[in-house]
Amino acid sequence: MTLFQNHLLSVILFTPTVGALLLLFIGKERDNAIRWIANIFGVLGFLVSLPLWFRYQPQGAAWQFVEHADWIPAIGATYFLGVDGFSMLLVLLTTLMGLIAILSSWTAITERVKEFYIFMLVLQTGMIGAFVSLDFLLFFLFWEVMLVPMYFLIGIWGGGRRLYSAIKFFLYTLVGSVVMLLGILALYFYVYTATGVYTFDITQFQQLTIPSNVQKWIFLAFFLGFAVKVPMFPFHTWLPDAHTDAPTAGSVILAAVLLKMGTYGFIRFSLPILPDASRAFVPMMIGLSLVGIIYGALVALAQTDWKRLVAYSSVSHMAMVMLGMFALTPVGITGSIVQQLNHGISTGALFLIVGIVYERRHTREISEYGGLSKVMPIYAAVFMIMTMSSIGLPALNGFIGEILILQGVYVVNKIWAAVAASGIVLGAAYMLWLYQRTMFGKIENPANEKLKDLNLREIATFAPLIALAFWIGIYPTPILRRLESSVTRVVLRVNSVYGPAMAKAAADCNNPPSAAAVAAAQANAPAGFTIEPPCTTEPAPAAPPRREGERR
Amino acid sequence: MRFIWLIPLLPAAGALVNGLFGIRWFSRTVSGLLACATMAGALGLSLWAFSELLGLPADARVHDVVLGHWIPPMALQTAHDIGMFQVPWQFRLDPLSGVMILVVTGVGFLIHVYSTAYMKDEAPGGYARFFSYLNLFCFFMLVLVLGANFLVMFVGWEGVGLCSYLLIGFWYEKKSASDAGKKAFITNRIGDWGFILGMFLVFFTFGTLDFRAVADAAGAMPIESAGFGVLSIICLTLFIGATGKSAQIPLHVWLPDAMEGPTPVSALIHAATMVTAGVYMVARNAVLFQHAPHVMQIVAIVGALTALMAATIGLVQNDIKRVLAYSTVSQLGYMFLATGVGAFAAGIFHLMTHAFFKALLFLGSGSVIHAMAGEQDMQKMGGLRKYMPVTFVTMMIGTLAIAGIPPLAGFFSKDEILYQSFLNNRFLWLIGAVTALLTAFYMFRLILLTFYGTYRGAPWARVAAPAAAMEAAAHGVRHPLDGQAQKDDHEVSHGAADVRAAGHAHAWHGPHESPRAMTVPLMALAVGAIVAGFLGIPQALKGANTIEHFLAPSFESHTAAAREAGAGAAAGAEHGPGAAAAEEGAHHLSTAGELGLMVLSVLIAVAGVLAARRFYFTHPELPDRLAARWRGAHALLFNKYYVDELYDATAIKGTVAGGRGLWTFDRVVIDGAVDGSGWLTRVSAWGSHMFDKHVVDGLVNLVGWIAEEGSFFVRRLQTGLVQNYALLMVVGVFAFLTLYLVAR
Repeated sequence: MTLFQNHLLSVILFTPTVGALLLLFIGKERDNAIRWIANIFGVLGFLVSLPLWFRYQPQGAAWQFVEHADWIPAIGATYFLGVDGFSMLLVLLTTLMGLIAILSSWTAITERVKEFYIFMLVLQTGMIGAFVSLDFLLFFLFWEVMLVPMYFLIGIWGGGRRLYSAIKFFLYTLVGSVVMLLGILALYFYVYTATGVYTFDITQFQQLTIPSNVQKWIFLAFFLGFAVKVPMFPFHTWLPDAHTDAPTAGSVILAAVLLKMGTYGFIRFSLPILPDASRAFVPMMIGLSLVGIIYGALVALAQTDWKRLVAYSSVSHMAMVMLGMFALTPVGITGSIVQQLNHGISTGALFLIVGIVYERRHTREISEYGGLSKVMPIYAAVFMIMTMSSIGLPALNGFIGEILILQGVYVVNKIWAAVAASGIVLGAAYMLWLYQRTMFGKIENPANEKLKDLNLREIATFAPLIALAFWIGIYPTPILRRLESSVTRVVLRVNSVYGPAMAKAAADCNNPPSAAAVAAAQANAPAGFTIEPPCTTEPAPAAPPRREGERR
Repeated sequence: MRFIWLIPLLPAAGALVNGLFGIRWFSRTVSGLLACATMAGALGLSLWAFSELLGLPADARVHDVVLGHWIPPMALQTAHDIGMFQVPWQFRLDPLSGVMILVVTGVGFLIHVYSTAYMKDEAPGGYARFFSYLNLFCFFMLVLVLGANFLVMFVGWEGVGLCSYLLIGFWYEKKSASDAGKKAFITNRIGDWGFILGMFLVFFTFGTLDFRAVADAAGAMPIESAGFGVLSIICLTLFIGATGKSAQIPLHVWLPDAMEGPTPVSALIHAATMVTAGVYMVARNAVLFQHAPHVMQIVAIVGALTALMAATIGLVQNDIKRVLAYSTVSQLGYMFLATGVGAFAAGIFHLMTHAFFKALLFLGSGSVIHAMAGEQDMQKMGGLRKYMPVTFVTMMIGTLAIAGIPPLAGFFSKDEILYQSFLNNRFLWLIGAVTALLTAFYMFRLILLTFYGTYRGAPWARVAAPAAAMEAAAHGVRHPLDGQAQKDDHEVSHGAADVRAAGHAHAWHGPHESPRAMTVPLMALAVGAIVAGFLGIPQALKGANTIEHFLAPSFESHTAAAREAGAGAAAGAEHGPGAAAAEEGAHHLSTAGELGLMVLSVLIAVAGVLAARRFYFTHPELPDRLAARWRGAHALLFNKYYVDELYDATAIKGTVAGGRGLWTFDRVVIDGAVDGSGWLTRVSAWGSHMFDKHVVDGLVNLVGWIAEEGSFFVRRLQTGLVQNYALLMVVGVFAFLTLYLVAR
């Protein structure tokens, strides 16, 4: 068990790889054996990642589950893994969505089954690796590793103009990442000239003070890499093509996880490493985000292709994520992170939903459908819940993210919030219109009369997503608690306004409310509900993070 | 009171069970019973909690229950310092929410019972789905009224919108129904835009979202009578939210269309409860609004105008439910008029009485539609009182109540509003009074067209329904078929909305009284429509105005300092700029004056009734002549002032066109740039390929060519003859030796 104790992240990281290697030895005609193995490793990948949730200590060290080993000593690159609350949640999202994507492909993929699942599993490793790397070069390695399987997933198992879309996806992302690599190298050599040490250690980068003008250039380099990935307006056009032509599993992973690479990059690298530049570029970032929110929503309104509509809604939602982030307030950034998870859940589910009927009808044209509620009631209910989650109905997940983002932005600038909030009106418009056109009305197309409702396997792919949607919507506290220290660390770097307040919050933790006050609150609560004092254990790390925050 | 959190959760549990299992496995009886039982439980708990609340001293009538964190504390800057953004799942029972939960669970329960019969022609799955939605609605509505802070209220606020959407579009196979549902949701969302911005500003200003804390803090702030301060902006944005939910100008357009839903839904959601949420929200933030006198004026004016506008439209509609829908919009306008002039208690009082009589009227109309096999056009009704006496009597009670005939409920609440607006602004009073006249007119028009005169509807087969015919004969009514025998081939026309409800499994036997499950709720609501008004008998009539005193603590701030400032606030609100015309003495009209106003409003109501009698009973040819003479005005009213057309031509078409335009822009310009750079890359690649092939490779080839050509001369040396080589060698050796010797 020491493997799980000391190398949990490595285990999580390489479980899918083991699965992929195992698949190499299975005969390519044994489709079902391949499917079973891939699914088992999907489940296994998720199960081994679960301890992260339970063993992560919200008030503990900044970086937990840390692993450190030499990789390329000559240039100072190391095998350095670790997570904070933010990346921990993204890892869990990745393993869960990976499992769901693999499960959803059982009958959808009938050709080159073996290669498909190998690519899916390799992709998993790439994505997890990017989230857990604390070494910039290692991060970049995984970042590029992700590209290749995704390229093949779109290019081989896609539909429509799949080759065009695959190449567009690959080249667009590659251009961004090459520029980003320049930024990484600039940072690397700057650190060397400043300290005389060759290192790619992200935790050290995050504590550097870099001259503003240098920051700005590096910020722009990072910006290109991450903005393409998010994707931010106007770098978004690869997304609708890639989404539309990718197989369902590919779209799900692309929406749920790959897009998060961009936002993850901004929060992990741009904000804490380049705080001055981040502040300086706020107007540009906010401007692009606001345009993205409205633009994505309006273009979604004009779509006749079901999947492309969801893809443009993604553009709008991810712009909302960026908006919250660049409010540079704790609530805004927390909302931004929560909304990343929400987007993964609801947009992932929406792509699954399109995939279900695509598999049955082989068309994505909205006008081909209509009246599906009649023949597919369970499907209709799932779609309704996910539509509501996507348009931010309170008590579902999307609302928590949106309200935190908008409140976090509002205190900085009221106009920004007012413009962004109009996006949620448009969101309701395009989603409800889509729902009406596909699910309501009479069945007029005879091809739809005999459509089968969801089977058990398909229900199983949606069940965890629905559960998560309600959980985050009703009781997000456990998640928000786990994000506290990550957000605090970022905010303390980029926003001087919050320094004293967060120190005070830490002090409040040291002076918890009197027992009498807690008892009084408890007296009002109904049986079975416990009132928690604001801080349960140690004070939040208001001071800069400890480098050697290793957890035993 | 400890269990008030169970009040919303009971219907939620019902919705969950019916939704997950009922649709598939339950019979109609089981799912109907389950839904009614949860509502009965919620009603019982509400009554219990309310009686406990009454047991407390007047200034201690508040009880909070915290279920836990929703959003845990997070630092966030406010206008003054760094605050903590946090939201607990917190419910609050106070006089205001106490009244509301009684209305919601009481009327809700009755409507659930009514629906068990009304919806019985649905398939079991649809039946369970209906009750699941209805229960879910009650859950959200109860969360809305019990929520102790803006965000919890917003859960209910949006949730009822969702249920409204689902229930309006319940018969989703009909395009008009799903269109109406979508329209309702999106229009509401526009209002919600205002609501959340108001909420953000509340946090930014006060550092909290708790209603009580906000009221206390606002109470200590000066009244913004000079201009538009932060409180005014908060109130204005919140009011935008209220106009969406409560169908006020300019967001009123969705409510009439919402009549596409089954009639019990119209009664519960679009008359008694959900649409009053805006009024409730304004009343809940009474202290805020009192500090924003300009916004109060706006609220009052919007309310008055909406009341008048909707009433005028109601005059000419022929669909029985649409008349009631416009009547609802109009009555909601009254409620906003009340809150706008500072009479929050009167607004809530009218909300309550309206819940009774309007739910009654809607359910009555449902009973009529049921009897008429789905017919909703009043021009095809007439004389129905012979066939359905209970429906007729109860609807008559509801109509008298809404018309403001004493001593029914509507009289007291409407009169209170008119009185209060008279004190505030005579012009607003005038609008209110005219609306009262119109209300009495169009409601009696509805009654007369439906229940009086001769039957004008579709005939029914005598053979298929001998019993009905005999029954009719027994009542001394001429069988309609007698006079309409020439229309034998005339098909039974089915109304627009309730087709499926009315799609009886059996043949239509002509209009008939509805089953007991429908008439009993009607009778219960009729009792409510009679007695509810007695809670608010004004002092002028030697009454105690119980409800006003009971509700008062909910409209005040609670800290001592704030209360003092609040007293000033209340006075100041009355002194608002709009009220400048009303002199000091007018604020407390003499009892005689108050009684005079009262008599006047009764006279107005009676005048409306008499006018309707003249137009639709004694001289039924008058309306057509009038419509012919004032064709333009009639068309304007009949087409609802063309507001829908206006919105469609501007906002909706504009947005869709904008979307299409941007989509083209996206493909041509932005993606064009991407593809263009790809193309440029390919072109430059081709260019460099050409360069490579012809220039670079050309150079290489040139070198090779030169080497090849050059070697032509050198080749001559390679003769292959040993003698030549030997000679060359000798020459070479000789040359080097010479060089060596010379150089040395």
